[in-house]
Amino acid sequence: MMEFLKQPWPWYIAGPFIGLTVPVLLILGNKTFGISSSLRHLCASCMPCDIPFFQYDWKKETWNLFFVVGIFLGGVIANLFLTDPQSIFVDQPLQENLAKYGITDFSGLVPHDLFNWQSLFTLRGFILMVVGGFLVGFGTRYAGGCTSGHSIMGLSNLQWPSLVATICFMIGGFIMTWLILPLILNL
Amino acid sequence: MVDFTTYFKFIIMKKQTYEELRASELRHQDAICVNESEKEESFSDNIKYLIVGLFFGIIFIKAEIISWFRIQEMFQLKSFFMYGVIGSAVIVGMISIFFIKKLRIKTLQGEQIEVADKTFNKGQIYGGIIFGLGWAMTGACPGPLFAQMGYGASVIFVTFMSAILGTWVYGKFRDKLPH
Repeated sequence: MMEFLKQPWPWYIAGPFIGLTVPVLLILGNKTFGISSSLRHLCASCMPCDIPFFQYDWKKETWNLFFVVGIFLGGVIANLFLTDPQSIFVDQPLQENLAKYGITDFSGLVPHDLFNWQSLFTLRGFILMVVGGFLVGFGTRYAGGCTSGHSIMGLSNLQWPSLVATICFMIGGFIMTWLILPLILNL
Repeated sequence: MVDFTTYFKFIIMKKQTYEELRASELRHQDAICVNESEKEESFSDNIKYLIVGLFFGIIFIKAEIISWFRIQEMFQLKSFFMYGVIGSAVIVGMISIFFIKKLRIKTLQGEQIEVADKTFNKGQIYGGIIFGLGWAMTGACPGPLFAQMGYGASVIFVTFMSAILGTWVYGKFRDKLPH
């Protein structure tokens, strides 16, 4: 059992478990699965600044903040007890491709060569972490949800606006990966 | 003789309902993650969501969904993995919601389960593309950001703060953006 828990799990185990979050949250208390809203609740609770978008009873959404704290703690537990020492399997051609940009360490889930405190003060690191994070926060709220709220919850509920959003997530991702990211990684 | 106390109570009540309505209106603006439950929940009630989140976070890590490399493989069409994860999650979600609606399943507190429909606006296109750009850069959507920080990638805290700022800036300039 412990052996299995320490290995990386295949998609056909992880995917259905993630899908099960949808009915579990609904049955536990009529909660609609979504994560990016937590960022909005944090804005509403910490710096609403009289902005109408942040004037609502965020305390009613406390469950969402508990949920994301849980995700954080899940990361802590997985790191302490459930990691396997092997480096993760990364597609060989992708490895060779990334090596051209000086990314050679494939051992972590977050590439050490790109995301570390030193590189935060380089142009490349700043763009990837700070600008990238900004786009995630801005874009998800503008779109009204992220991968969880639209792609999983919305599609599960057969909502066509969520399908539009999901397609646009992918378009944005493809544009970045194929056209812009090579330029950023070259910085 | 007019009973003033009742009268004032009535006025105060009306104001409250109005504000509640206004608040729920605002919460529905993006129709995501609205709390459909009418029940007030205490701290201990909320612990169950923390536990669900905890399992969720472990799955994120164990399936390496929070890996920047996995996201790159997905966008470079080098691996089926992420498509398999999202696809199978959606199928399970779809079947679950179908049965919840069909069998009119109630919550544990006995409330009727409601899932709000999402209304279309152009934000889903513009915002969707903007989020997609950020997703491929950071290799993380909001959920994995939390898991990555928990996993010990302390620098991701900067990305996280930046994402909060992005949400705030959206809220600030919401009226000026095309929807």
